[in-house]
Amino acid sequence: MAVTTDGPMGAASKTNQEAFDAVSRAQKKDILFATGGLIVMAIAMTLLLTLIGDLVIRGAGRISADFMTSYPSRLPQRAGILSAWVGTLYVMVVTAFLAIPIGVAAGLYLEEYAKKGWLSNFIEINVSNLAGVPSIVYGLLALGLFVYGFNLGKTILVAGMTLALLILPIVIVSTREAVRSIPKIIKEGAYGLGADQWQVMWNYVIPAARPGILTGAIVGLSRAIGETAPIITIGALTFIAFLPPPPVTGDFPFLSFAWLNEGFTVLPIQMFNWTSRPQADFHTIAATTGVVLIALTFSLNGIAIWIRYRLRKGYRN
Amino acid sequence: MVDDNMTLTKTNTAKVKAVEPDFDDEDTTPPIKPGKEREPLRARIEDFSFFYADGFQAIKNVDMPILDRKVTAIIGPSGCGKSTLLRSLNRMHDLYPGNRYEGRVILEPEGENLIGPESDPVIVRLRVGMVFQKPNPFPKTIYENVAAGLRVRGIKKRSMIDEAVENALRRAAIWDEVKDKLNGSAYDLSGGQQQRLCIARGLAPNPEILLLDEPTSALDPIATAKVEDLVQELSESVTIVIVTHNMQQAARVSHRTAFMYMGEMMEFGETQTIFTNPKHPRTENYITGRYG
Repeated sequence: MAVTTDGPMGAASKTNQEAFDAVSRAQKKDILFATGGLIVMAIAMTLLLTLIGDLVIRGAGRISADFMTSYPSRLPQRAGILSAWVGTLYVMVVTAFLAIPIGVAAGLYLEEYAKKGWLSNFIEINVSNLAGVPSIVYGLLALGLFVYGFNLGKTILVAGMTLALLILPIVIVSTREAVRSIPKIIKEGAYGLGADQWQVMWNYVIPAARPGILTGAIVGLSRAIGETAPIITIGALTFIAFLPPPPVTGDFPFLSFAWLNEGFTVLPIQMFNWTSRPQADFHTIAATTGVVLIALTFSLNGIAIWIRYRLRKGYRN
Repeated sequence: MVDDNMTLTKTNTAKVKAVEPDFDDEDTTPPIKPGKEREPLRARIEDFSFFYADGFQAIKNVDMPILDRKVTAIIGPSGCGKSTLLRSLNRMHDLYPGNRYEGRVILEPEGENLIGPESDPVIVRLRVGMVFQKPNPFPKTIYENVAAGLRVRGIKKRSMIDEAVENALRRAAIWDEVKDKLNGSAYDLSGGQQQRLCIARGLAPNPEILLLDEPTSALDPIATAKVEDLVQELSESVTIVIVTHNMQQAARVSHRTAFMYMGEMMEFGETQTIFTNPKHPRTENYITGRYG
């Protein structure tokens, strides 16, 4: 605009000069911002890598088959994390079985079926807020409601239920976002063919939203896997030298749910327990446990990325 | 949420148009009601009005016959309600809460009122198919796109679906282009092919009426010509209602033309009459390019 003034030539070239100056000032700002951003990012990455590196250097030496298959012991040389990682696995299974179906169903209902109005807005805001509630609060709720209220005891089931509550908002929010990002013309196309709401949801909405839903579910699970506070609050044991009964048995009906009602420990609690011991050797195996936990979290996230990639690709073809 | 906004935006554009016409004329000639049709009808729109959720009346007391196995075109300036009218015919407005219909859309020969309280929008859409402005193939294979309408109807027999898919693709004049890649992604087709695929998808379940909402507005001239040829061929076997921005297109493909202006149907008649000898001054203004 300013360049094409109707004034005399002198004025026009002056405006041109001003415009060029403005552009070069803007470019300088760009460079300044990019440099600043790079420095901040470098600091953050260095800190993170240092932490992980330190953990790996201190702990990786102790990783061995023995360590993975031994129970904890009062002797650090003989201690292992068998009961902890098995406990983590069991608790995660319960969490996934509860949080994913309930969260996905709730998200689909809120987005597709629920009448839009003040009530659905109110629920939406609250679900998002719940995602930010400190995890210890969930622990207290579970202690009062599940452990004492329903008298379920300090079991794998209760731990799974507590963590499921904790990650439910994450699953709901990511489901809603995945559903919301489906183009309107695809849905209208399906409705235009005479599909009813269930057919549209089942055949068009869910397949298109699946990568987003699964990513949300796995992000939720990898948050749950590292949670310590709510599990300690409900009273997980810190020293366990036995395994819960296996879920698959030799006798009919071959499935057993007795493990749900067993006491348990999980990796972060085992780690927390060992770091609070005075002996340096225990600190080393705590670091080793940390390495295992980080590896588990990373592989969960890796699976999420892989699934997302595969489904996006598969869905296109 | 997004959907609601879309509806709102649409309504707002229509409103702006309604309040401030972008040309200067004070013509107040009332709409000319369509005369009696001698040819067999597939549907009758009677005293039809449509209200968006915010109370805006987008269609005002429209009467219009839809001829059996003929092409009926609806033309008019942006925001005149032509797409809104078309979308009413297969109850697309029911997808968004608060929209309201008045009047009757009678489907012949049974005489069922498509917008009546007793008629189920899902059933209506099974009988009245729709092709949209922008090609919107599903993210599936070409075969599954065309089969979608049959699957919705619960048809599972493979041989039956195979036959219907081939038949629909042939009718949509795209069979030769896709017969070797039926299991390839529909997204790998060009825009024009995608739109003909969408027409095949609409045809596969044998709808009684096929609605086309500006089907060529996103296509290049060659693809447009192909779709126009297709529409003319199809009109021998299926009733078509087409909304178009392009007057030449209406003149080329349709047997009857309706001119809409600000929610009212100003004039309806044989396409040739509408374009050579319009009776309503607004129709004349529009087709001579004075506004649009």
